[in-house]
Amino acid sequence: MLSKSQARAFFFGGTIITFVIFLGLSWDSLSNEVPKKTHVENLTPQVVHGKHIWEKNNCMGCHTILGEGAYYAPELTKVYERRGEGYIKAALMSPVPWAPRGRKMVKYALSEQDANDVVAFFKWIGETDLNGFPPKPDLK
Amino acid sequence: MATLFKGKKRTTTSLVLSMGLVFAALLYLPGMIWFDNQTMDSFFRWWVVHLWVEGVWELIMGGILAFLLIKITGVDREVIEKWLYVIVGLTFISGILGTGHHYYYIGVGKVWLIIGGIFSALEPLAFLGMALFALAMYRKGEKKHPNKMALNWTLGTAIVSFVGAGLLGMAHTLPQVNMYTHGTLVTAMHGHLAFWGAYGMIVLSIISYTMPNMTGRKLYETTTGALAFWLSNIGILGMTVAFGVAGVAQVYLERKVGMDFGDVQKEIQVHFFVLICCATMFTTGIICYIYEFIKYGRPTDEALELTT
Repeated sequence: MLSKSQARAFFFGGTIITFVIFLGLSWDSLSNEVPKKTHVENLTPQVVHGKHIWEKNNCMGCHTILGEGAYYAPELTKVYERRGEGYIKAALMSPVPWAPRGRKMVKYALSEQDANDVVAFFKWIGETDLNGFPPKPDLK
Repeated sequence: MATLFKGKKRTTTSLVLSMGLVFAALLYLPGMIWFDNQTMDSFFRWWVVHLWVEGVWELIMGGILAFLLIKITGVDREVIEKWLYVIVGLTFISGILGTGHHYYYIGVGKVWLIIGGIFSALEPLAFLGMALFALAMYRKGEKKHPNKMALNWTLGTAIVSFVGAGLLGMAHTLPQVNMYTHGTLVTAMHGHLAFWGAYGMIVLSIISYTMPNMTGRKLYETTTGALAFWLSNIGILGMTVAFGVAGVAQVYLERKVGMDFGDVQKEIQVHFFVLICCATMFTTGIICYIYEFIKYGRPTDEALELTT
């Protein structure tokens, strides 16, 4: 039967080996894949400012992006493609809370310029290669 | 830390627990780095969250569980600690590379679909190990500790974390399934039961065990205590089912049929009503626990009177 020192070796050995593999794969992903898949060349100051507004207003407190965040409001990774610029700007600049289907969004009343920056951020993230996510609906 | 060094003997249990605490604090750091790229943010977010919950927090949980089992069942420390190493070993071997299940669809490579799929499918093994281990030690134990509430919470922790974190996590961890369930209420179903089982119940277990020792009051079996245990557990199971049904419906309507998010949420509204009912039950259980904690939390000489 397994002895305690063998069990300890299993724990430390397994941990170190898998951790080294994990670091290697992470390094490869971050240096080779992320720049290509996310089109870093399109990360303009406008997009970065849009991301800043996105974070400052805690949009992920209700919405998901890349499938991460909260489940109270729609997923927004592909919102630029789905709704288009006009709709997004209307929601962000609305002087009354935006509530198309019952659930209310906080009233942000952003300036036109800020709204443009958030739209630029959505446009950039919508072009990221997400290995096929979100799936295309295939039932009718 | 000071307590660790003051101890007469450095045991595996205290080593595992301390490692867990130190790394839990260190792993906070990657989440604080600022990136311009959302994908980079996301990548390092899981270094924090995943390596916490499926890594070092499990060390903490395993350490506390081992301590409680040693105390409650009276099984030999050597036996329990050997299995503790095996279980935390399984946790890390599956859990570290299992981080890949968060990297399927955030803008990194396809290698994570394979790595994450395989290793996160192994993750339930650690939890299964923990549940079997707790039950086996309970059966094996000759000592019958009188603290029945602590025993309930301890065995409950092992079982509920296996169901919530292990089984329900497994249910949507494969990339083919996760493609549809990623970012829906299915995740909320798994998350609620997993966190309650693994990290909520373990804390209530250790409180139930230590409070009578610290206060000297033999609070081992009370009606309010039993109510707290059963109401909270049945309540959260109900919540899990409600989230599950709502989540599966959401996945089909939104991801398969292509209905709008807002319209889908209206369709599944009735499940939120069930959710609120069950959440109320859960909260009632927790209030019972807090009530007892406050009422009986002060020291007393009850034990002295009985022993002398």
